[in-house]
Amino acid sequence: MSPKTLYDKIWDAHLAHEAEDGTCLLYIDRHLVHEVTSPQAFEGLRMTGRTVRAPDKTIAVPDHNVPTTLDRANAATMTEDSRVQVEALDKNAKDFGIHYYPVSDVRQGIVHIVGPEQGWTLPGMTVVCGDSHTATHGAFGALAHGIGTSEVEHVLATQTLIQKKSKNMKVEITGKLRPGVTAKDITLMVIGETGTAGGTGYVIEYCGEAIRDLSMEGRMTVCNMAIEGGARAGLIAPDEKTYEYVKGRPHAPKGAQWDAALAWWKTLYSDDDAHWDKVVTIKGEDIAPVVTWGTSPEDVLPITAKVPAADDFTGGKVGAAQRSLDYMGLTPGTPLSEIEIDTVFIGSCTNGRIEDLRAAAAILKGKKKKDGIRAMVVPGSGLVRAQAEEEGLAQIFIDAGFEWRLAGCSMCLAMNPDQLSPGERCAATSNRNFEGRQGRGGRTHLMSPAMAAAAAVTGRLTDVREMM
Amino acid sequence: MDKFDKLSGIAAPMPLVNIDTDMIIPKQFLKTIKRTGLGVNLFDEMRYDADGNEIPDFVLNKPQYRDASILVAGDNFGCGSSREHAPWALADFGIKCIVSTSYADIFYNNCFKNGILPVVLPQEQVDLLMKDAEKGSNARIEVDLTAQTITTSDGDVIAFDIDPFRKHCLINGLDDIGLTMEKAASIDAFEAQAAQSRPWV
Repeated sequence: MSPKTLYDKIWDAHLAHEAEDGTCLLYIDRHLVHEVTSPQAFEGLRMTGRTVRAPDKTIAVPDHNVPTTLDRANAATMTEDSRVQVEALDKNAKDFGIHYYPVSDVRQGIVHIVGPEQGWTLPGMTVVCGDSHTATHGAFGALAHGIGTSEVEHVLATQTLIQKKSKNMKVEITGKLRPGVTAKDITLMVIGETGTAGGTGYVIEYCGEAIRDLSMEGRMTVCNMAIEGGARAGLIAPDEKTYEYVKGRPHAPKGAQWDAALAWWKTLYSDDDAHWDKVVTIKGEDIAPVVTWGTSPEDVLPITAKVPAADDFTGGKVGAAQRSLDYMGLTPGTPLSEIEIDTVFIGSCTNGRIEDLRAAAAILKGKKKKDGIRAMVVPGSGLVRAQAEEEGLAQIFIDAGFEWRLAGCSMCLAMNPDQLSPGERCAATSNRNFEGRQGRGGRTHLMSPAMAAAAAVTGRLTDVREMM
Repeated sequence: MDKFDKLSGIAAPMPLVNIDTDMIIPKQFLKTIKRTGLGVNLFDEMRYDADGNEIPDFVLNKPQYRDASILVAGDNFGCGSSREHAPWALADFGIKCIVSTSYADIFYNNCFKNGILPVVLPQEQVDLLMKDAEKGSNARIEVDLTAQTITTSDGDVIAFDIDPFRKHCLINGLDDIGLTMEKAASIDAFEAQAAQSRPWV
């Protein structure tokens, strides 16, 4: 048998049909659904008299629109159009008989946090969702990617996707990370190196000692942003940490099925002599705590660097960099650590898990946010929130002057009331610093939870290593 | 789905690289439960000021480009979110064809589901079409999907590649779901086999 990558193996195990021209039907094991990209798909099913082929493999949760304030049970906290979308999901989940975690359920949260937490996401699966950050689930060695609404309808109706195979890309992070450097710094650094289109046409497998050393939460952070590098999906081969994380979760296999699953999962790795179409290698020790300065996730620099000038770039990036500098209100040559911020947002499918909250709380313990800074923590799920309360993290955030919110996507994309005002500058643990992403005119700097916590204390972008 | 075969139209130049789907259709317009009506909000935050007035310098607000049906854009067009609202907004505005050196993967797929042809060309040829687009409404560009060619207003013919299956679906306006359902026997067989080999799924 010819050597295969992990991606090749998962692909081959899910090929339901291959046409002569190479167009394939890939079988989908898990379809995650949220309220924003699904109403038109369910409407399409109704109009054509179609049904959901595999409701048992379809899991829905509202997350993008939902308010995260403590009074959200009051419908008045939502705008009319947001409420209509959430209610449409309530109805669609009921009508089509799919698994559902409504806003009132403690298990509700961001779809990419709920899936793994409930054991829906397992190694070797194909997982899709009408959301680009579906790449998160790749941390389990699952082939997971975002799809559009037409494809959501296609998966609902057929449990398959029409696909062409992507190429294989290996991103290896060798050796150990230095203190203060986290999974977020790895994933931002990779995008900084390869650019936002560097992964286009590829599925990335992340490997190397620094990746192996990461917890499952850290691995999810790395894979989450594979899409920001343009890749269809990001993958990490499952290992003991993966099995340990999965075991005992509500929808994980049990008993004899667990043993059978484990036996197969242990075959899910890239063969030594597998073919890679592209390889990127980064030394773990070369990665510093980083922040973004511009309006593309590739605009990444170590916190010790200075704001670049447009002429530092070439080609189309010169104009884009100038536009970014203007939008962000930054002067070339300014040390990044002198940039003052107004707001801190800790949360999102990138960094809204328990480990992220622990990292931020470790910095904030016994400290207060700077006066005048607006700071909020939005746990990724109701269960993450409960755990953080049990561990005493919530109290640390509250004592530091942070708002302690309910679960949702919140200010990552500002579809709910959590938004930036024009010119407001935010240290954010989310995944996109696009123009207007967190609110029209809002200015976003992406970073790790520990770095965001440090920024809250000083009121400026800060090298977290100074506080460790 | 609308069929796409031939198109003759005005091309609007958008040389900016990394135009993301948040720019194409900002999140406040994702709260719709319909596919239509988003054209008026296409590029909303670049096109209107905070009071909702048109920004005259924005390309689609210029008189010569208000009826554009083609966009010539910088690298990596459509990066970011998977929102199909981006091609819905483009199609609703009247954009039927985009030309760039590269697209983000999900956006590229989404275009084909909505009767939009995203053409990939090398930088030199994108530059040529960008210059042609900058001439304004006197410059009509012809796109012929059957022949896989774009003809500039000066009569230069540029050939492009496209996946044969996607081309077939676009020309005939085919419904993907209908096509896949014709293969239901293969899906049934796969499911039966997977229930044996991976019963925990």
